[in-house]
This record gives sequence, structure tokens and C-alpha cells, in this order.
Amino acid sequence: MEALQQELEKLKARTSDIEEARKDQLSIAIVSGDMDKILAAMIISLAAAAMDSEVKLFFSFWALSALRDPKKKAKGKDFISKMFGWMLPKGRNKLKLSNMNMCGMGPVMIKRLMKKQNVMSLDAMFQEAAALGIEITVCEMSMNLMGFKKEEIIDYPHLRYAGATTFVADAGESSMQWFI
Amino acid sequence: MTTEELRAVTVAKSVDARGTACPGPLLEAKKAIGTIDTDDVMEILSADEGTKSDIPKWCKKQGHEYLGAVEENGYFKVYMKKK
Repeated sequence: MEALQQELEKLKARTSDIEEARKDQLSIAIVSGDMDKILAAMIISLAAAAMDSEVKLFFSFWALSALRDPKKKAKGKDFISKMFGWMLPKGRNKLKLSNMNMCGMGPVMIKRLMKKQNVMSLDAMFQEAAALGIEITVCEMSMNLMGFKKEEIIDYPHLRYAGATTFVADAGESSMQWFI
Repeated sequence: MTTEELRAVTVAKSVDARGTACPGPLLEAKKAIGTIDTDDVMEILSADEGTKSDIPKWCKKQGHEYLGAVEENGYFKVYMKKK
């Protein structure tokens, strides 16, 4: 009887571990810096936040372009960092489309269509995301690799810098884990 | 509920989200839900077809009662009761 009791306690502890392990949380690793993919990530994140799910976004590699503030400038960059800064889109409003970019005509057309169809702009989406408490984690290693500095990143209330381990830890406790 | 029943429901709050596409209506609904009391009915006006299927899912997750949708001229009225 006592053994049974013990076994039951053990099982209870294990089931509560499982329940706590998977939170109502969405974690997305965003690696693409294409306008369409950033749009998709933001729309899904906003929908999840509206459903009261916690949302944690991990921006790395090409996606860092979307977090650049075109009004900010960073000093003291070496030549290669400057080249990267010069070649990559300066902020979320300068992103390219993964298809039909047509030397920048594609994004202009999409933006016009979005306005016509009452789809929120990326600016508005980031504002909503901030209001809903969506967390953005910036990949520290990508920042160094591409020569971006913290001074040129957008002002966003829930922004932090961390490594891949943080994403893995966040994703591990999320019920939804994606990669864009 | 039938269309007639829905039209006759007393609405505590009307959210006009016709000027915004997905996920705008859901965000508007989320903002407005805090301003009404339990058992109050809220209607969401949306021109976005997706709202008709999104709101029931949202209600189910949040534990609210989805009442139904009515098609108007060029938009939808979606009804839900706060629980």
C-alpha cells in the first residue's frame, strides 16, 4: 500500500513537470531578413499575443536588418562592418521581398497594396507588439559577426541581447517553436 | 443563435474593426474585452472574412461564449459573450 502511495506521488510529480514544461508560449527564431518573412513573423506573433500566448522572438543573422534604426548611427566600425552596414537594408521599411523584388518595385507595390487592404504597416506592427509585451531577443553573435552595434538598433521596450542558448531555453518551454 | 436572435441581442460594446485587416480585428477585440463586464455581449464589426473563424477560436481559448456572426452589406458582425 505504501509502495503504491509512493509510486502515485512520483507520477504526480512527473505529470506536473510535463505540464509546466510546455507553457502557452510561442518562440520563433527569425533568421530571414526578407520583408515578407518578417511580416509573416509579426502577424503570427500579434495573433498569438492577442490569444494571450507569451511571444518570444529571437532575431538573428539577416533578420537583424529589420531591427536597425535608420536614424541612428554607430561609430568606430571597421571596414568590413561598414560594408555590411552599407549593403544591408537600413531598417524594417527598407527590406526586400524574397520573391518579385524587382529592384525595389515589389516592396513598393506590396506596401501600397497593404495600405489599400488595411493591413497594418511593419511600423504599426512593432508598435502593437511593444504594447502587447512581445519580447525580442537579439542574437549577440550575429551582431558581432555582421558588425552591427547596439547604438543602431531600434528603441523597443522589451528588447534584450543574448545567445542561442537563450532561444533554446525559451523554445524548450514553449508549446510552439518555429523557425522563419 | 439565429440571425434574428443575434440582431435582437443587447450589445454592451461595439468594436468597429472594419478599417483593419487580420490580425487587427482580433487585437481590437482583445483591447475592448477588458472594458466590458462578465455576461456582457460584444459585437465586432469586421470586413475581414477571417474574423468569422478567428473570433470563435479566440473565444474558445479564453473561455468566452461565441454567439454567432451576421453578414451585413460588405462586412460581418461577430457576437460574443464575455465569461
